[in-house]
Amino acid sequence: MFAGLRFAVSGGHCLQVVGDNGAGKTTLLRTLAGLLEPDEGEVRWNGQRVHTRGLEFQREFVYLGHQPPLKDDLTGRENLRFGLALRGSLPASDVEPAIDSALVEVGAAALGDRLVRSLSTGQRRRIALAALRLTPARIWLLDEPVTNLDAAGQAVVASMVAAQLDTGGVVVAATHQDLGLAPERCPRLLLGRRS
Amino acid sequence: MIGAALAVLARDLRLALRRPGQVLQPLAFFAVVTVLFPLGYTPELDKLRQIAPGVLWVAALLASLLSLESLFREDAQDGTLEQMLLAGQPLAALALAKTAAHWLLTGLPLTLMAPVLGIALGVPGSAMPGILSSLALGTVTLSLVGAVGAALTLGVRRGGVLLGLLTLPLTVPTLVFGARATELAIAGEGLSGALYLLAALAVFAVTLAPLAVAAALRIGSE
Repeated sequence: MFAGLRFAVSGGHCLQVVGDNGAGKTTLLRTLAGLLEPDEGEVRWNGQRVHTRGLEFQREFVYLGHQPPLKDDLTGRENLRFGLALRGSLPASDVEPAIDSALVEVGAAALGDRLVRSLSTGQRRRIALAALRLTPARIWLLDEPVTNLDAAGQAVVASMVAAQLDTGGVVVAATHQDLGLAPERCPRLLLGRRS
Repeated sequence: MIGAALAVLARDLRLALRRPGQVLQPLAFFAVVTVLFPLGYTPELDKLRQIAPGVLWVAALLASLLSLESLFREDAQDGTLEQMLLAGQPLAALALAKTAAHWLLTGLPLTLMAPVLGIALGVPGSAMPGILSSLALGTVTLSLVGAVGAALTLGVRRGGVLLGLLTLPLTVPTLVFGARATELAIAGEGLSGALYLLAALAVFAVTLAPLAVAAALRIGSE
């Protein structure tokens, strides 16, 4: 898929992965997330191979694929509650207020109590963004985070990414859209050019 | 880890309640297959009683298998399986929770239905405790062994037949001891030996199957 790739992203920085369709953007993100193993080379986090620190590394990042991981037969709120319980990142008493504020932040306050089945693709995307907002993970791996979102939704993503970087987090996003960040803060990685 | 596993269990039970049809289908299958035997073989209760252990166990095995195909498939399709793979939790614990939900929704109701269906096969009332306890233990193993098969066939389109071919041979010990326990219960003899063996198989499956499921899911996610 790709070879000779070498890069590092440090806290407070973003990496925007661009490339033609099929250039390997998703493959790169899935490799970083540990869902795929590279044929050659390795992924390191804090100087250690992520391979040997599987579960510990998983708690440090969150991966959002192009399909929002939501259950159709649960409401948005129930999906968020499950995501939080799965990662066990919040004490039970803080869960509901955190979900409320995350839903407001992504502009989906009215959607939380509807079954995901009844939501549009963009609305599902917003629920997934609320889930992203809820995790304390420092590293975000985002595959096409602004697809299907309207202008307001894209602005939400941009401000969430900026806030994440301000707190020293890392964002690796595969998208062609501009995330509204200064180029020195968010360099571009172009995949697929063989020359 | 325990909180995450309980969250998976609660979520699967809640989803099942939202779609009761999916839960009822294997149970209806079990009932229909069992009742076909008096119709297709003979209405004589003496003869039916002889084949009752085999009929009950094979029907329970197939009904359990029927619902296993979708155990991981839906989660894989909507992306929540990936979420579980990356949750920073031991995957085997989450797999065990999903299998426990499957047992509560299929194995347990099948066990509770068996004595009622046994009446159609001429099983005496005195055999009911034996049938209940042997099926309760046996269906645990069936759910766990089936979960391994379901995880392995996740990437295969229409993996239902392959799941059967993969899983059914592995369920033979459970079938043999389970049917034997039921036979002893019907004959009114002591069945504790067969129950111990069923329990041993269940313990073996509880210990090893979740690890196998986790490994299979990881391979399947690549």
